[in-house]
Amino acid sequence: MSEGQIDEALRSELQRQGVWVTSMQELYNWGRKNSIWPLQFGLACCAIEMIATAASRYDIARFGGEIFRPSPRQADLMIVAGTVTKKMAPQIVRLYNQMPDPKYVISMGACAISGGPFKQGYNVLKGIDRYIPVDVYIPGCPPRPEALLHAFMELQRKIDSQKLTGAGKAEHLDAKQPSEFPVPAFGEHDLQPPANPDVYHPPVLERQS
Amino acid sequence: MTPNPYLFIVIFVAVALAFPLLPLGLAWLWRRFFQPPKPGVQKNAIYECGVESIGEAQIQFRSQYYLYAIIFLIFDVEAIFLVPFAVAFTGLPVGAFIAILVFLLLLIEGLVWAWGKGCLNWAR
Ligand code: SF4
Repeated sequence: MSEGQIDEALRSELQRQGVWVTSMQELYNWGRKNSIWPLQFGLACCAIEMIATAASRYDIARFGGEIFRPSPRQADLMIVAGTVTKKMAPQIVRLYNQMPDPKYVISMGACAISGGPFKQGYNVLKGIDRYIPVDVYIPGCPPRPEALLHAFMELQRKIDSQKLTGAGKAEHLDAKQPSEFPVPAFGEHDLQPPANPDVYHPPVLERQS
Repeated sequence: MTPNPYLFIVIFVAVALAFPLLPLGLAWLWRRFFQPPKPGVQKNAIYECGVESIGEAQIQFRSQYYLYAIIFLIFDVEAIFLVPFAVAFTGLPVGAFIAILVFLLLLIEGLVWAWGKGCLNWAR
């Protein structure tokens, strides 16, 4: 994984002899990915599955993510579990802004991804990714605890592949990447702005002629 | 040669200092070389539950509960002091007797005040 400093064959050979060779980046990511502390909040029915994931049967503690923090100041991961109403959206963005870097977001369930069954509703935000960057999406209504664990493992994989230095380094290490995103406000009919263009990249439909 | 008995305290203090300072120093080095700090208005906000704080924190509360406090002192706290006073009454020196009378007088003043305020009337 470390680029070119030591080749894999030598590494595994050394490992067999009881010598572990690692790099700063690997050590850093290893520590981070095994101690992801989620922010403790649930929005709707998906939160019940999140609670089940944290309880003993599914036991998210096996992945180092059992320490649900009641304060954003101590959290690394925001699990947006449930329907985001337009009334709640500014609070969620503000909570995200108050989390210290590095921070990650799992968008759990159809509601958090797109509004889900309430997409046509006047009061439901059609996806939290309109305002904050989402790392992992979990489809489902609700996703089963296994799905949340899978998303957690995906996130660990992502953290593990983040670079400390160089052009493609992780966002939180890049001084140019923002750590706060604008909080939407209530306008006359809707939240203003309806989406943050820096964050929200909806899929473009390409029709083949 | 036995070591100076205070040596252990010195070691203890040194470890106690190094234990928090080492991680703090490491964090400082990490910030210095890898992770740029990104403070912000909301990140540094005082209140951390997602709701914006409104107004000043240094406001004056209306002291409308002082009457309850007075009544509480008279009928609850005073009783606690009166029971040992009554038990030990025969063996008390004059000084202690006068002290407890002063204490009672203060609370009786409060009772008169509360009575005057109409606190002891049944609410209609
Ligand atoms: S996705 Fe389904 S289960 Fe999850 S919050 Fe929405 S309605 Fe509830």
